[in-house]
Amino acid sequence: MSTPSSMIAAAIIALLSTTALAETPDQGRPAAPEEIALWDTSIGPDGAGLPPGSGTPQQGEAVYAARCLPCHGEKGAGKPNDQLVGGLGTLAGDQAAVKTVGSFWPYATTLFDYVRRAMPFNAPKSLSDDEVYAVCAYILRLNGIIEERAVMSAQTLPKVQMPNRDGFMPFSRQK
Amino acid sequence: MNRRRSTGSATEAAAGNGLLDRRSLLAAGAGSVGLAGAPSALGAADLSIEPWMREPGSPFTGYGQPSRFESKTVRTSASAPGTTGAGASRTPLQRLNGTITPNGLHFERHHSGIPDIDPDAHRLLIHGLVNRPLLFTLEALARYPMETRIAFIECGGNSGALYQKEAAQLDLQASHGLLSCAEWTGVRLALLLEEAGIEPQARWLLAEGADAAGMSRSVPIKAADEALVALYQNGERVRPSNGYPMRLLLPGYEGNMNVKWLRRIKATEGPTMTKDETSKYTILLPSGKSLQFVFPIETKSVIAYPSPGITLPGAGIYEISGLAWSGYGKISQVEVSADGGKSWAPAALREPVLPKALTRFRLPWRWDGGPAVLQSRATDGSGYVQPTRDALITERGSRATYHFNGITSWAVGEHGEVRHVYA
Repeated sequence: MSTPSSMIAAAIIALLSTTALAETPDQGRPAAPEEIALWDTSIGPDGAGLPPGSGTPQQGEAVYAARCLPCHGEKGAGKPNDQLVGGLGTLAGDQAAVKTVGSFWPYATTLFDYVRRAMPFNAPKSLSDDEVYAVCAYILRLNGIIEERAVMSAQTLPKVQMPNRDGFMPFSRQK
Repeated sequence: MNRRRSTGSATEAAAGNGLLDRRSLLAAGAGSVGLAGAPSALGAADLSIEPWMREPGSPFTGYGQPSRFESKTVRTSASAPGTTGAGASRTPLQRLNGTITPNGLHFERHHSGIPDIDPDAHRLLIHGLVNRPLLFTLEALARYPMETRIAFIECGGNSGALYQKEAAQLDLQASHGLLSCAEWTGVRLALLLEEAGIEPQARWLLAEGADAAGMSRSVPIKAADEALVALYQNGERVRPSNGYPMRLLLPGYEGNMNVKWLRRIKATEGPTMTKDETSKYTILLPSGKSLQFVFPIETKSVIAYPSPGITLPGAGIYEISGLAWSGYGKISQVEVSADGGKSWAPAALREPVLPKALTRFRLPWRWDGGPAVLQSRATDGSGYVQPTRDALITERGSRATYHFNGITSWAVGEHGEVRHVYA
């Protein structure tokens, strides 16, 4: 007696779910974890996504000289392109603000993310993860943010305290 | 031509220094020809049969181009030292009318040139805090319902030079040209996110482009309500310079967030703190603190005609015309001043007035040939009024760089020359 009604109920549910599925085109193909891993290179401020590997300021100096110096100058002094070092104490007031990795960037993880995806300008994504860690270490050291013997890795980079870490406030509209 | 007289209510003064009522000069027969001052010198002897009426014209072309006489209607661009494609190009707003920017003139901001993307090889990945990570081809997206909307895009750095202490001699293209407006068609991002099944703790989306810089920005998830994955721009495929084969369109949000060459959307709990949302696109205040996540473009307007580079030929009647826009909604009013802000007259808004799109305003003006300072001031549907430059500088200082939306002043000199001033 109860079987027909439960069958009908099941049929109705099946029909409803078919209808629900039909309402969106659903043309995306499921992405496999290994496919996602290849593309997902963004690094959160907590360091989530940082790859294995490591580098020191000294190792980074060699990478910098070979790959970064022509655009960013000796010791990150800038010219012809962005200055990477210095500028502390220029943010408040009315004088020209010198915004560099050292004076302005709130997170060291951003440096890793950006260098790995976009630098060097003419050959982005050509540095190994060790080289990226090393060059980040070198730039942080030039800014006096880490020690000469510090090793940058997935464990240490997110813990680096950037000088302007608390320099940002979320915007809200004023009328 | 039957020239109108300046008597009667139709040409009543609406504000100081010659501003006329916005309803003036719209009556039948009052065309624009001849209104600009001295009667035309054209005589009967000048009317001949022109050469282009004596031979057949040129053949069809596959993709049409503007008249060869319009060769000055082009973008201007500048690149970072040592690069050819990392910089910006600017829309020649002073040479356009209406509100839609032709695709070849839409402003550009590239961080590492324009990628040459094979549309068949391009993929859009949606992943992160979702139940089902999904990969979409262009072919797959073509099977989705599409929506069309007209939206402006303005670079967060547009008009940044107007924060500087001295008024730079800029024309409109240089001061406001990182602004364009187009009709965009594409798939609602919300629909794709729904299919992927966003998890409740997801509050942000990281959007990433397929350019060499992999430009990426964090977008609050509420922005997805109005977002499109845009495939078409003014009816044709999105131009490579604007994100071919697909870009993120976030109506009203600063240009940088409308990620071009969109390849990846990752749902996250918090913002990723990318280079562009920390070291750039933040507003540095005199306190040394910076405002971050300044997303919608605030209410703004500027006069396009007359503007620097244009010389008025003589005293007489002109139509002041310009653009107004708000990333928060519709423009509700634009006022114009010809005396540096002492008195204001309401301008007429040309239809259609659409939310988060450029709106064209106009107002007749009888220039007496003396000094004038022209300004426009927009109000949006929320009641926000575009601030004076002084008010903005008082609040933000001169090093804020981004999101300048202050009132812009054009001084008209005795010879009809127009220049940028602070007033």
